[in-house]
Amino acid sequence: MESHAVFTPEMKKTHTILIPSMLPWHFNLLKAALVSCGYKAELLDNRDRSVVETGLKYVNNDICYPALLVIGQFINALESGKYDVNHVALIMTQTGGGCRASNYIHLLRKGLEQAGFGHIPVISLNLAGMEEQPGFDLSLKMIKRMLAAVVYGDVLMYLSNKIRPYEVVAGGADALAGRWLTKLEDMFRAGKGQTLSSIYQFGREITKDFAKLPIVAKDKIKVGVVGEIYIKYSDLGNNCLENFLQKQNCEYMLPGVMNFVMYGADTYLIDYKLYGGSMMKYGTAKIAMWYLQRLEKAMRKALDYSPFKAPASYEETKAMVKGVIGYGNNMGEGWLLTAEMLELAKNGYNNIICAQPFGCLPNHIAGRGMINKIKELVEDANILPIDYDASASKVNQENRIKLMLATAR
Amino acid sequence: MQIGLDIGSTTIKIAVLDDAGKLLFAKYQRHYSQIAEKIQELLQELFAKFPLLKTAHLAVSGSAGIGVAEGCGLQFVQEVFAEKVCTERLNPGTDVVIELGGEDAKLLFLGKHFDARMNDSCAGGTGAFIDQMASLLNVATEDMNSMAQKAQNIYTIASRCGVFAKSDIQPLLNQGAPKNDLAASIFQAVAQQAVTGLAKGRPINGKVLYLGGPLTFMSCLRDCFDKILNVKGTCPENSLYYVAMGTALCAEHSVDLRALPNKLQATAACRTFEHLSPLFANEEEYLFFNARHNTERVATADIATASEAYLGIDSGSTTIKIAVVSPKGELLKSFYQSNKGNPVIAVKEFLQNFYVEYPQCKLIASAVTGYGEDLIRHGFGVDYGIVETIAHFLAAKSLQPSVDFILDIGGQDIKCLKIHNGCIDNIFLNEACSSGCGSFLQTFAEILGYSAEEFAKIGLFADKPVDLGSRCTVFMNSSVKQAQKDGASVANISAGLSLSIVKNALYKVIRPGSKEAIGKHIVVQGGTFLNDCVLRAFEKEMGLEVVRPNIAGLMGAYGAALYARGRHEQAPKTSTLLDAAALAQFKHQVKSVTCGLCSNHCHLTVNTFASGKPFISGNRCERPVTHCAPDNSLNLYRQKLDLLAGLNERESSGVRGTMGIPMGLNMYELLPFWHAFFSNLGFKVVVSPIADKKISKMGQNTIPSDTVCYPAKLMHGHIKWLLEQGVTNIFYPCMTYNVEEGNGENCYNCPVVAYYPEVLHANVQELEQCNFFFDYVGLGNNKVLAKKLAAMLNKAFPDITMKEIKNALLQAYIAYDLFEGEVRRQGRRIISAAREQGKPIIVLAGRPYHIDPKVNHSIDRLITTMGAALVSEDAVSSHIEPKQLAAELQVLNQWTYHSRLYAAAKYVANNEDMHMVQLVSFGCGCDAITADECRRLLEESGKIYTQIKIDDIDNLGTAKIRLRSLFAAVGLES
Repeated sequence: MESHAVFTPEMKKTHTILIPSMLPWHFNLLKAALVSCGYKAELLDNRDRSVVETGLKYVNNDICYPALLVIGQFINALESGKYDVNHVALIMTQTGGGCRASNYIHLLRKGLEQAGFGHIPVISLNLAGMEEQPGFDLSLKMIKRMLAAVVYGDVLMYLSNKIRPYEVVAGGADALAGRWLTKLEDMFRAGKGQTLSSIYQFGREITKDFAKLPIVAKDKIKVGVVGEIYIKYSDLGNNCLENFLQKQNCEYMLPGVMNFVMYGADTYLIDYKLYGGSMMKYGTAKIAMWYLQRLEKAMRKALDYSPFKAPASYEETKAMVKGVIGYGNNMGEGWLLTAEMLELAKNGYNNIICAQPFGCLPNHIAGRGMINKIKELVEDANILPIDYDASASKVNQENRIKLMLATAR
Repeated sequence: MQIGLDIGSTTIKIAVLDDAGKLLFAKYQRHYSQIAEKIQELLQELFAKFPLLKTAHLAVSGSAGIGVAEGCGLQFVQEVFAEKVCTERLNPGTDVVIELGGEDAKLLFLGKHFDARMNDSCAGGTGAFIDQMASLLNVATEDMNSMAQKAQNIYTIASRCGVFAKSDIQPLLNQGAPKNDLAASIFQAVAQQAVTGLAKGRPINGKVLYLGGPLTFMSCLRDCFDKILNVKGTCPENSLYYVAMGTALCAEHSVDLRALPNKLQATAACRTFEHLSPLFANEEEYLFFNARHNTERVATADIATASEAYLGIDSGSTTIKIAVVSPKGELLKSFYQSNKGNPVIAVKEFLQNFYVEYPQCKLIASAVTGYGEDLIRHGFGVDYGIVETIAHFLAAKSLQPSVDFILDIGGQDIKCLKIHNGCIDNIFLNEACSSGCGSFLQTFAEILGYSAEEFAKIGLFADKPVDLGSRCTVFMNSSVKQAQKDGASVANISAGLSLSIVKNALYKVIRPGSKEAIGKHIVVQGGTFLNDCVLRAFEKEMGLEVVRPNIAGLMGAYGAALYARGRHEQAPKTSTLLDAAALAQFKHQVKSVTCGLCSNHCHLTVNTFASGKPFISGNRCERPVTHCAPDNSLNLYRQKLDLLAGLNERESSGVRGTMGIPMGLNMYELLPFWHAFFSNLGFKVVVSPIADKKISKMGQNTIPSDTVCYPAKLMHGHIKWLLEQGVTNIFYPCMTYNVEEGNGENCYNCPVVAYYPEVLHANVQELEQCNFFFDYVGLGNNKVLAKKLAAMLNKAFPDITMKEIKNALLQAYIAYDLFEGEVRRQGRRIISAAREQGKPIIVLAGRPYHIDPKVNHSIDRLITTMGAALVSEDAVSSHIEPKQLAAELQVLNQWTYHSRLYAAAKYVANNEDMHMVQLVSFGCGCDAITADECRRLLEESGKIYTQIKIDDIDNLGTAKIRLRSLFAAVGLES
């Protein structure tokens, strides 16, 4: 690799780390987790069309849409003049694995170089030890705090999605989630609320608060949203899909981020069984999995409070695809995508939107490729794959969703 | 009374039912995006018919109806749902409905297992596509049907997307294929696309209903569907109005009809759309701009006084251009006209007139360029042929000697040339999938009811040019649709399209790192730049002033004439161009035949001229012309194929039965491994044949994802073939990891290669009848592999012992190494033979499965017939030290096949006599990364990077231009 800008230990004090936007609650808490570990951080909020235009300019247009958006958002922010470009660094997740997404960070560097920001250091957030930066120490403490952020994010997302369609006071669920977000951010910055027991404790308090919100029974179409991780979660990526569904009289459900994290750790265990490999990695993954399961348990216990029900666990979800698709299929969302569709279909969200970037390689297999099979297993599954892209038209996408809703059962 | 309004992308339909559901009034008309006005017209007509009508239940449907419904607070009914309601009411017992609309194709399965599908956004084989093709054939859409009825031959036309089909049809036209045949071929392509794109594995049978405009008006199209589906479908009465009637049936709310026109007016006024800044701030700016470009003129002289001249012909995709140039380079006469689908007639008429009008002016040499080059050269005895890119370069250089960048946007192509030290330094051409070019503007102008010139004028002073993005034509159609919905005026659409063409060229084709990288002295040309909107958009986007010659559309012909002059001055000879007497005897006949000399079965178009000798086109090799088998001695692709074919001669006892292996994707490399493994276990290995046309069609209806790469799609056919042979065991494992070659940081497969067996298992139902072994294995750890294989095989063959498996594996690893060693050895042999013979060496870099002639469309043969030796990427990739490569790469290098590409690019960069051509499958997401990196590695060493995108598109036209340009630019083409 050619040398690139380094994030030095001194920069921890002088540089602000910019975080791309994806999920409002999760990412604000991740920011707070970073701050609690002594970094300066800021979440990007530029989300208009110019982000796409910037992306088109600096990224090969055939690359998948999430890369184009994330890179576009970074460069657009840097060009906006809002940030002191000599005192910022960028952070990006790098999943590793055989999906081309592992290459985003390199594409970002290329784009930065072209845009004249080659001096800005890029931090790769990954657990595989790729692209280490001397000034960024992914300590056990930080990992734990980030995982807590994911769990709280999932809790807030799950509860507000459950309540929002039925709330009596419009905007009540989001306002409550917002209040809790502020509270959690404060706690995070003080390094609190991140142990297993406090996750259960505060998780339960949040659940109780949501349970108190007045609701009214309404006839809603239940829609599940799955797909490529960025596109399904990010309103920038999916043309504000959630907003649209809300207006179309739907209750929608998105599987949590924890599933994806656990799937990531599990990949090491599965690959070891299939192909052999390093005992060390296997052991580390085993421990990680053990911790993640405890976290998940705490979260599910907290959510198991009437009128709510704990969502399906990772293991339950995983068991659903046994014999449907191999667990060795683990590039991108891999088998988890198929599993989430089955889980949703079997649990009442039988209208499913599978959102992916145009030409997404893993989704040819685990998304589109498995639809016929899922329909064999769950007869009333009503699945609609949608491709998102810099110039795919919103009219077409929405018209197809309307078709799915018109034929919803 | 119940009223349904169906507002589609191009038409608007109204259906009025009485309360019993009887149709009282129906009307169908094109709306030219004046939706509010047209609705009002329809309402007026309705009021005239029913003067007492005040209120009625009314609902709106259709893709352009969403906006109207939202704006006026009307009920919206999704069109497919409306269709379902109407069909269930009028045609109970229907099993399947097929509807083709303007830009949508829909398929409904009715009954218990209801399912509805609409075409993906990347599939334009629909009504608008037929319109587009009709205008390409220069016939009225209405005539297509009667033409198709007279067809005698069907050509294969890529049906996946409108742009692809277009690039198949255009060259056929230029080669002289009969239009009747083409009309029928277009219908066939549309039907094929609709069926494969929408059925996605679900069988279509029972009572089939055809709806929508194209299927109503074109009986031949219905016949095509009948034939493909093997059913006899019916087109019911009022088949145009099913959506409108269904919408009427669904209408629940009473609407005040008399107040509706005002509401429509009001909402039309307040809609918004994303827009860009205007092209010109004011008229003065335009005048100034105009004055500047008016000075960029080529010297002219009076032909009446000329005694000698050179002739240049540019037989382009949609137009024919001719330039007559004096020995001093002055333009004496020019000619520019649509070729109306037959360039031969246009050239003949020009020459006839020329000989009559200017008998004193002798044409001393002539040259032809463009799509129709071969045909025209052959028919008229033109002295020289020249590739377009070079012609354009010569013309631009004569006008602007310091030119360092040329951008030419023609009817079908975008060509960019970078000039360094007076030589072509780099060439960019548009992909078949991004041809947002001139003919695209013209087609849009026509759809909206304008001529191209009017359309351009209207756009000049648009106040809010629509932001349409920069993608392929099919996407653009929907973007325009959206803009129309949002109330964009024609002016703003025109300006928006111009801007998007420019962005397309800049960001899809050229992809400059920065504006400075493009150059300082830019010449833009091609007919499209005669549109001032496009020119202005380019200057604005670049922030630069560029030169547009007044003969922008004629530059190819002008350059060809200059080329003729150059060649003639170098080595004078008597011109072979047909003279007046010969022209009087001129005859031209076209015949199409199928070549039977090999399994390719190319459709040949044979043009016979008065001179007698036939001119054959459409061939993929020289065989029908020379009647000799092609020479493969310097072609590693063919030699690899022979090596793989040789495996099947291996003897095996077959005591354990047969084992089928589908010949595609990674099997092109791992076949030696698995073949040896199973032969040793006592299986008779049955390998599906290297893909031919039949195989590619066989599995088509089981492909779940339309946008997956073509090599993956072929796997469905291979599996079907194996099943048809009655094979009871099929082996095709999932493999996350590829062979570790130490070249990268990991050895992944791409997700499609890794997991495609899962797709086959989930979508090819017949696989349940046999043992399909597709578990996950890796070749990296032979102990784990042995265990996995034992577990997998023992399910069906419990008697296979671990010892046998280990033994067979040992043999398999040896066989693989032998194969790889042989490939490298043959590669070395070809390279040294080429060096002895002084031939250039092309590294045709791709992935192992790109050697499949059905995948690469015999581009390898094209290269060898052009006089180069050809090796594959894996023949040279091992010559590069991994550490050295790692130090230079700027990407994550973790896929085995990609690592080879990078290493091959590096090796080519180090070798003077080598050039790299990269084959990229359309839809291969990984190659967005590899292409940029290979390009960088090559360009940093001053080499030209050439990429050829391949799909099921059968035509080699663009590939030829690329290769010839490469050969010419590196000084290899005479």
